[in-house]
Amino acid sequence: MRIKKVRLGGISVPLISIFLGLVVGAIIMLLSGFNPLINYLNLFSGALGTPNAIGEVFRSATPLILTALGFSIANSAGFFNVGLSGQALAGWLASVWFALAFPHLPGFILLPGSIIMGALAGAFWSGIAGFLRAYFGTSEVITTIMLNYISLYGTNAIVKGVLTSSDADSTPLVPIQARLRTPFLEKLTGNSTFHWGIVISFFMVFVIWWLMKKTTLGFEIRSVGMNEDAARYAGMSTKKTIISSMLLSGALAGLGGAMEGLGNFQNIFVNTSLPDIGFDGMSVSLLATGNPIGIIFSALLFGILKIGGLNISISSNTPSEIVNIVIASVIFFVGANYIIQYLISKMKISHKSAKLISNSTKGGHK
Amino acid sequence: MKLGRKFSLIAVLMMVGIGLTACGSNQSKSGNKNNSSKSNISAALVTDVGGVDDKSFNQSGWEGLEKWGKKNGLKKGVNGYNYAQSNSDADFAPNINKLIQAKYKTIFGTGYKLVSAIKNAAKANPKTNFVIIDDVIKANNVASVTFKDNEAAFLAGVAAAETTKTKKVGFIGGQRGLVIDRFEAGYRQGVAAVDKSIKVDVKYADSFAKPDVGQALAKAMFNNDEDIIYQASGGTGSGVFSAAKNEIKKKKVWVIGVDRDQEDEGNYSGGNLTLTSTLKGVGTVVEKMATSVQKNKFPGGKVSTYGLKEKGVDLTKGHLNSDALKAVENYRKQIIDGKIKVVERPSQLK
Repeated sequence: MRIKKVRLGGISVPLISIFLGLVVGAIIMLLSGFNPLINYLNLFSGALGTPNAIGEVFRSATPLILTALGFSIANSAGFFNVGLSGQALAGWLASVWFALAFPHLPGFILLPGSIIMGALAGAFWSGIAGFLRAYFGTSEVITTIMLNYISLYGTNAIVKGVLTSSDADSTPLVPIQARLRTPFLEKLTGNSTFHWGIVISFFMVFVIWWLMKKTTLGFEIRSVGMNEDAARYAGMSTKKTIISSMLLSGALAGLGGAMEGLGNFQNIFVNTSLPDIGFDGMSVSLLATGNPIGIIFSALLFGILKIGGLNISISSNTPSEIVNIVIASVIFFVGANYIIQYLISKMKISHKSAKLISNSTKGGHK
Repeated sequence: MKLGRKFSLIAVLMMVGIGLTACGSNQSKSGNKNNSSKSNISAALVTDVGGVDDKSFNQSGWEGLEKWGKKNGLKKGVNGYNYAQSNSDADFAPNINKLIQAKYKTIFGTGYKLVSAIKNAAKANPKTNFVIIDDVIKANNVASVTFKDNEAAFLAGVAAAETTKTKKVGFIGGQRGLVIDRFEAGYRQGVAAVDKSIKVDVKYADSFAKPDVGQALAKAMFNNDEDIIYQASGGTGSGVFSAAKNEIKKKKVWVIGVDRDQEDEGNYSGGNLTLTSTLKGVGTVVEKMATSVQKNKFPGGKVSTYGLKEKGVDLTKGHLNSDALKAVENYRKQIIDGKIKVVERPSQLK
């Protein structure tokens, strides 16, 4: 099973998606008797109105940027990495585990060490799927979905059985020198959970942009994505490229998980479901059509919707269920931007073919 | 042509949407302007992922807050009383901060999962009152409330042991942890106190918000001839009730409810299958705390523990027969008098 690669497109598609999503959300609110205008105002003021809110928006965008980058790399190579959340969870676990295991290391070793452990764990987890894909042609969609579950329940078992004692379901906080949240940032953003991870995210955006556009590996990844057979015929090692794209993808997802472990929560606990950052990262990447710079903006949009959405039911009587439906419908249109893309491209094609037909009939008459 | 029509349809839809949006803004601006100038006693509750409609723990807390608000003529919303629903653990901190910014005076955290978020917020906002339920935080502006759930669960165990016909009963917990440990331990001790030969089957759903898992676990238990299930699993418990409603068509089964009187959840066409419920006075405590803020007597820095003696936990009469009721009353007395000590951990059971 191969899912068609998403084409890079202009900025109009994402903008139309967002707009349609907001309109549908407004209709839903009207039908249930709530005022969409006030609610949308509350949403945006709740997301951008105070330093605290802005800090939270950036915090929730931080891991999304990384998982979205991870998705876009695999997607460039023609793979649909559905396992981002499992890889992120593996990275989350590894980073926290490392930080808790060596509490006496100085910060300049412990912090980078934990972050790198997170990336390695994510890479290992996606590497399994990449290896199976490269050597046995196993569908990466199925293997990554299943690896997600193994990651979820495996992590929970490790948290309960190894990292905590006596039935607790969350670990102690990581040592201070391994935390990405600092008192300075908390002061700056009115005690939000904003953390230094955003710097790592922005840096990785640059790295991935450079990797994909300026290096041989990036070229090979894109070639394999366009046509695996042609790439092999041109002398590229497709197996190596497949595996390295999956490794990179998983490493980025693992980094995203490490952001949750060292930044947002500063510990790991028994998760009842896979972390949202994986699936949201896919939507973020699709909305940005895989463009690294676009990913920053679409991740911020997701942050605005998530954090601002909380404000709607706090400042009005709209129940949180309605808010969730509205947010989900915006995300739905964002994810379904295929439809908009499809319609636009169909329109262009029918335009062209109409011309062709009219040309040929003209030619026929001559 | 065809596509052109599709596009015009979308365009029309959009315009309708915009038009409706504009209409909406004219209709209801008045509802948002009720700034009371009274001294600020507003209170809000942050749920865990179960939500205020979990028919159990969170709902009980919210009902308490609603009752208090209505009694004091407050409205739901800013300057009154409200709740903030958390969809995931990542929402705890932003939700609390949003409530602080909306100037709620007292903020309740229902559930031990909120402990670290409340701890951080309390440190940064010394003027706001916080209440944490089911855990303990040491800070001057936090009141901690814990319940001796194990004592009520013990009575539930007695009730189950007195009622079972198959000599097999079940327990479905939400997530293993210090709180649900109390339920499991108390229940098992209570069953054993009546009849050591009765088997207790203990299963965990690993979530407080997965009714489908609850249903599957309960179905397996009923198939295994267990005729009474005590569910201590928050929102997951509604699945236990639906499994029981399917099973009751074939044979007699009972469910024991948790945290609030779940009599309503047990209604089916032929009667009611909620044997009894253990009560946890979350609502009463929330109400009490909100009132104490009103009277400037907020018990910040203190830990209050509620057991059978303090009437913080209890067991409803439900559909217990007179023998079972007698046994429950007997054990209740012994616990209150301190003759029976109910353990808190399954590992402490003999």
